Amino acid sequence: MSRLRSTFHTLRQNSEKAMGLFLTNGFPHPDATGRILKAIDEAGADFIELGMPFSDPLAEGLPIQRSSERALRHGVTMDDAFRTVESFRAHSDTPLLLMGYINPVHRYGVSNFCKAARSSGVDGLILPDLPPEESHLLVEAADAEGLDLVFLIAPNTSDERVRTIDATSSGFVYAVSITGLTGTGLGQVDAVAAYLKRAQQLVTQNPLLVGFGIKNHVDAQRLTAHTDGFIVGSALIQHVETLWDDPTLSEDQRLASLRAFVHALKDGTPVPSPS
Amino acid sequence: MSTLTAAPPYAAPDATGHFGMHGGTFVPEILIPALEELKLAFATAWADPSFRDDYHSLLRHYVGRPTPLTFANRLTEALGGAKIYLKREDLCHTGAHKINNTIGQILLALRMGKKRIIAETGAGQHGVATATVCAKFGVQCVVYMGAEDMERQALNVQRMELLGAEVRPATSGSQTLKDATNEAIRDWVTNVNDTFYIIGSVVGPHPYPMMVRDFHRVIGEETRAQLLRAEGRELPDAAIACVGGGSNAMGLFYPYLNDPDVALHGVEASGEGLQGRHAATLTCGSPGVLHGAMSYLLHDDQGQVQLAHSISAGLDYPGVGPEHAFLKDTQRVTYHTATDDEALEAVKLLSRTEGIIPALETAHAIALLPRLIPILSPEALVVVNCSGRGDKDMATISAAL
Repeated sequence: MSRLRSTFHTLRQNSEKAMGLFLTNGFPHPDATGRILKAIDEAGADFIELGMPFSDPLAEGLPIQRSSERALRHGVTMDDAFRTVESFRAHSDTPLLLMGYINPVHRYGVSNFCKAARSSGVDGLILPDLPPEESHLLVEAADAEGLDLVFLIAPNTSDERVRTIDATSSGFVYAVSITGLTGTGLGQVDAVAAYLKRAQQLVTQNPLLVGFGIKNHVDAQRLTAHTDGFIVGSALIQHVETLWDDPTLSEDQRLASLRAFVHALKDGTPVPSPS
Repeated sequence: MSTLTAAPPYAAPDATGHFGMHGGTFVPEILIPALEELKLAFATAWADPSFRDDYHSLLRHYVGRPTPLTFANRLTEALGGAKIYLKREDLCHTGAHKINNTIGQILLALRMGKKRIIAETGAGQHGVATATVCAKFGVQCVVYMGAEDMERQALNVQRMELLGAEVRPATSGSQTLKDATNEAIRDWVTNVNDTFYIIGSVVGPHPYPMMVRDFHRVIGEETRAQLLRAEGRELPDAAIACVGGGSNAMGLFYPYLNDPDVALHGVEASGEGLQGRHAATLTCGSPGVLHGAMSYLLHDDQGQVQLAHSISAGLDYPGVGPEHAFLKDTQRVTYHTATDDEALEAVKLLSRTEGIIPALETAHAIALLPRLIPILSPEALVVVNCSGRGDKDMATISAAL
């Protein structure tokens, strides 16, 4: 059983929801990414999504766009992502997926990319601009390396297509909560709930995770009624940005505040302000 | 026994929008249903005589089609060889070919019941053409434009605003056409239910490259008929057009793709020269995915998209339409480059021999003539797509000359 599958299996047995956390590699600085990953892992992330920055991330709202630009200004490469994963694997067995856009993966070479991902300790891939129709090469290469390949559904995805995506996905199916970008508002609560309920009935081969627009524990609780877990990206990125851009804070204070933020996401404990 | 078999007629793209290995649909899942809806709506409309009637009637009575095919006698004399004809897209309403496409897409948007139009623009020509048709049909219009381009092309910003469009600056990345396109796609992702995205070139996910081409093929179709009247034959020996995204070139080339005797020449912008900053995507790029399709792309070894450069804002784009990528791979079209300096010389040449000030984009196509004419027979016929007029570029031209 893949690391991801066994994580979801254990959580389900304990009636717990999975919490996935997204961080852009090389953000806020290449030296800081590793320590931040370690902190959020220890604070309770059930799986990690490591973002591979791209110059033209067209599904992202401002926080993740900014984080990508910042990482690219530091000269972060694809191989740096593999190095980050290797370091992470030295101290953690938490499942980790790489998330990014197809062009850098294509440029690296789909097969070489999957091999390098596997040997560095990556468990799966999420590429939001690669729909199943265009994915056959990557499906083959990911399969050959035993990598999970997660596809996304959206509120306007038809029933039939949700079933197809479920059949093509491995690891889990990623339900985009809203028709919008990462980091935007969740909109009408009832509509989101109805959509996730429909998705829950249609997705039968994979766990169903929800992401986009989840900012806190209340959002997470609300959206996980019909899913196996949730993913937080932009809210975490914004928190990191605020902490690491504040020159009055020490590295320990930043990491402590981040741990508290992650605890709060998962359990609803109040977030103490960094001091 | 003959080994010759007739080549099958040109039939790209396939049903999934691929031109060979290029094209396709590389977009977030949210846009898939919208693209399916668009594909169906376009196929139905294009097959519907009443839609075609509306489209051609507007082209005739509003755009001013058919545009003339002008024999360029003094340019021909100056270059001392083959006869040169200019397809006068510069005489279209708004000053360039772009409006052929925006007329087609606005009719489609209305047919689909969409209440809001968005577009991207680089130099502002497509933005103006979109704002124009939105005013004509009373539809809300938002145009994304790179913050840097808004400064460089202030006149076109004013035109769009006068036409009632809202111009939103794209402040991310390089703040040019590439980023304006990212912002337009992000808007579409957010407002997919009521918004129609009018893409301005033969780029983007399927069915856009095919659809935009089909809305511009009238350029080549008219050329065939006009050349027949002028010279007794539909086929020139060579047809030339500039290529940024490549819409005016596809419009001229497409009706000639099944005529192997017509040599087709696309001209990209090599800016400061291929060793410096340029926008020669087909000449120097490699396959990659940008804005929803696989095509040639200017990107670094990490797959990060590079900044293009051309004196012509309309060619200043690191991607290119997937059909051009396919036509390069199959060698049906030959792609050349012209530098900023060559384009400026071509502006002067056409202005002084024919009394036509071409757009800087168009000047890249003109710039191929001094190289091409000497190797053609003096009896040859050459058609150049005069895709736009140069008024918008006067500040740039004056500063450079």
